[in-house]
Amino acid sequence: MDARTPEPAGSAGDPAADGSVGSAPADASAAPVVLEMRGIGKTFGPVVALKRVDLEARRGEVHAICGENGAGKSTLMKVLSGVYPHGSYTGDIVFDGQICEFRSIRDSEAAGIVIIHQELALCANLSILENIYLGRQHTDKGMIRWESMRGEARRLLAKVGLDENPDTLVGQLGVGKQQLVEIAKALSKRVRLLILDEPTAALNDDDSEQLLELIRQLRAEGVTCVIISHKLGEIEEIADTTTIIRDGETVESFSMRDPDAGEDRIIRGMVGRSLDSRFPDRTPQIGEELLRIEDWTTEHATIPDRLAVDHAHLSVRAGEIVGIAGLMGAGRTEFVMSVFGRQYGTYRGGKVFKNGREIDVSTVRRAIAAGLAYVSEDRKEAGLNLIQSIRENISAAALGKLTRRGMIDEHREVLVAQKYQRDIRIKTAGVETVVGNLSGGNQQKVALAKWMYTDPDVLILDEPTRGIDVGAKFEIYQLIHELAATGRGVIVISSEMPELIGLCDRIYAINQGRVTGEIDREDVTQEALMRLMTQEEGVRA
Amino acid sequence: MSTETTTASADRTPGTGAPAGPKGAAGTRRTRHIDLRQSGLMLALVGIIILFQILTGGRLLAPDNVASLIQQNAYVMILAIGMMLVIIAGHIDLSVGSTVAMIGGVVGIAMVGWGLPWPVAILLALIVGLVVGAWQGFWVAYVGIPAFIVTLAGMLIFRGIAQILVGETISGYDQAFNAISNGSVPNVLGFTNTPPIGYLDGVTLLVGALGAAGLVWSGLRRRAVMRGHDLAVEPIGAFWVKTGAMILAIGVFTYLLAKSTGGLPIVLVIVGVLVMIFTVILRSTRFGRNIYAIGGNYRAAELSGVNAKQVTFGIFLLAGLLAAVAGIVVTARAGSSVASAGQSYELDAIAACFIGGAAVSGGVGRISGAMIGALIMGVLNIGLSILSVDPSWQMAIKGLVLLAAVAFDLVSKKRSAAGG
Repeated sequence: MDARTPEPAGSAGDPAADGSVGSAPADASAAPVVLEMRGIGKTFGPVVALKRVDLEARRGEVHAICGENGAGKSTLMKVLSGVYPHGSYTGDIVFDGQICEFRSIRDSEAAGIVIIHQELALCANLSILENIYLGRQHTDKGMIRWESMRGEARRLLAKVGLDENPDTLVGQLGVGKQQLVEIAKALSKRVRLLILDEPTAALNDDDSEQLLELIRQLRAEGVTCVIISHKLGEIEEIADTTTIIRDGETVESFSMRDPDAGEDRIIRGMVGRSLDSRFPDRTPQIGEELLRIEDWTTEHATIPDRLAVDHAHLSVRAGEIVGIAGLMGAGRTEFVMSVFGRQYGTYRGGKVFKNGREIDVSTVRRAIAAGLAYVSEDRKEAGLNLIQSIRENISAAALGKLTRRGMIDEHREVLVAQKYQRDIRIKTAGVETVVGNLSGGNQQKVALAKWMYTDPDVLILDEPTRGIDVGAKFEIYQLIHELAATGRGVIVISSEMPELIGLCDRIYAINQGRVTGEIDREDVTQEALMRLMTQEEGVRA
Repeated sequence: MSTETTTASADRTPGTGAPAGPKGAAGTRRTRHIDLRQSGLMLALVGIIILFQILTGGRLLAPDNVASLIQQNAYVMILAIGMMLVIIAGHIDLSVGSTVAMIGGVVGIAMVGWGLPWPVAILLALIVGLVVGAWQGFWVAYVGIPAFIVTLAGMLIFRGIAQILVGETISGYDQAFNAISNGSVPNVLGFTNTPPIGYLDGVTLLVGALGAAGLVWSGLRRRAVMRGHDLAVEPIGAFWVKTGAMILAIGVFTYLLAKSTGGLPIVLVIVGVLVMIFTVILRSTRFGRNIYAIGGNYRAAELSGVNAKQVTFGIFLLAGLLAAVAGIVVTARAGSSVASAGQSYELDAIAACFIGGAAVSGGVGRISGAMIGALIMGVLNIGLSILSVDPSWQMAIKGLVLLAAVAFDLVSKKRSAAGG
């Protein structure tokens, strides 16, 4: 491997930036343009994914790309990284002053452009070392030179701040650390333009912060980072420039040091309208207690003798929206899933009451019969059958309601599905559309419809807006409000504190499987909530 | 017999005022694609029939060849029904060939060894089939061993038992038993005799006519119900073109069988009844829906309240039962039990399912598809035999057809995915 990527002749060479490690972010707007995408268009048959996108990124800046799901961000990045080869799109990519004609990812990587996808592309069964050099092992006469790679890997890991042995299996690392391995891998490819697609979507706050810090460090070293993110706060914090894409076109591109640059401007650009409030108005009408969980205790699914849920309690009243806040790994999902049909861990104690009477929730069927519904945080893996139609997904949890004398009434099933499609605005041609072809927001609506059709008294929504765009989020919030307005109880789990605060009447905080406190709507602040979420001591009901 | 045609109509529903975005359009295309695939299969079958009809100089569709096409391939069709259930659920069953041989041993010993009457022997065989299914279902569903391993073990175990039971061969069965696979439904109605056509079997004509009438009736009824529900129905013209084509196919088939020496083969009745039962199970019962659900996304099905283990167990139970039926049919066809019977039948059944549009990853497939797949293999078998193609070549050709069918499916799927 050569020591440094040679600068192509005729590049907008900038002698100052070339070796200067400390080029401060403040200089970014003066730095030369390293990447220019001019009028990029891409169609798939009759479907226009990109109409005309322009993008300019300067050396050593963090460039954020924002847009709703389906705006064309991912397609654009696939064009840039050579997934869609030269010739299959229109327009030009100019990198370092040269027009690029990438025919594969290999070509773009040779030029120093590396993309890290949202779904990490690591082999869990291989070590960190093997993953970093997968397909590019150092060899000598056909034999792999492990020691040479191990030495370099150690340096890379130190650089990204990952304190792990290079021989550790990737499967044993958490998502945050895996993300760092991906970046180490990118660095080993002499990356000059790093594309990160939703890098913090699966990370907790600590890991996110560490990742953002690393991005800052890379920026200081002159690496240009293009970052796609739905987390606008994060963009505000780290980006130097933001480009907004809507419906396959660049809306605008602005420096984040502009006085009016910020969340509001980004949201306005993304949705084409200003969202005065990200949350619809609602006047809560809260009634009697509907559901109460007492002393719920569950043993960890894989680590014996460890409690994933430790004497947790919770109550929901009719018409109430209750939040569960907690950092990643705090035990939020474990708590509700261990209640709903004991689908997590091993039951160690606790009782569930509905309307004051104890109910049996020991299987999913019984939990459904008792009036509970659980909408999973993971639509693709645990929520929906992606290869089946909207109709078949909506009826899946309540087929009994459509069955007469052992036969499913398919016509009524179509009507039911069409009613939900209309009522909750699932945007697609018809109810026979295969769910895998829908956007994230519409998939989430199908998942909600499926559980609404079971006519539950209490809905547990786990990360109901994860990975869906701003407009669809608003609609999901409206739906949650409507559900509460019908006298149902709604429990919402979310990693986004503003979402919980904007949505819930009351929020429980969980840490290490223990309920550490609860805050009413009137008293809630992000600081107060965060204090509870990090508090070690649990409270009992 | 064909209750398999609906779904297409529903996606022509003019929506509910919601604009059809690009994603929606892609979804619709996908649904159409599946239906196109089904009719494409049908066309492939017709094409292969025409090809061999020409190559064999008209001998393929000679009435007696049509009857023996059914009788020779009944076992694949029966096994393919069970295999389809297993494959939709995302599993595989390698043991059915050995089960066929073992069941042959069971009926042989029951009838010849113990002197039991043949209906009792059949009952016993069906019970053994259920036991086989329960055994394999237990290991797959409740212990969680991959079906590939469990049924590979079953393949060895049941073959071994078959050899123990049968020894060399058992033969000398009741003629009534052998008639299951070789006989025809008695022609109680006598023959029609229209001079230019010749003698036609009355019962066969009646069954054919009933089949065609049933097809029209169920189609019209579905339209009426859908209109009653305010659901959009396909244009009446398209309906009659489709129905007419199917009636024509039934008519030709009925005519050929009615001209054959025996008339309506008994096995065809057995296969027909099984196809109807399992088509209804898959389409219209919760159990059937749950099979698709666990094959499409096991975890999501569990979280929707599907007792996935119970469903998996049930699938293997039915697969075992159907393997027993196939075992009876094969034994009756041969008129004897041999330990080596049913060799590689599991592969025929698996091939029929995948030619018929099942997905390797589960969650997709129809009984009608498996039947067409089985018929394609059957026509190839008999056509190549009439042409006296060397059996080794026959095998190689069938292998290529399987590969081509799945490759075609994958490529066209990829193309439609790239388009969406």
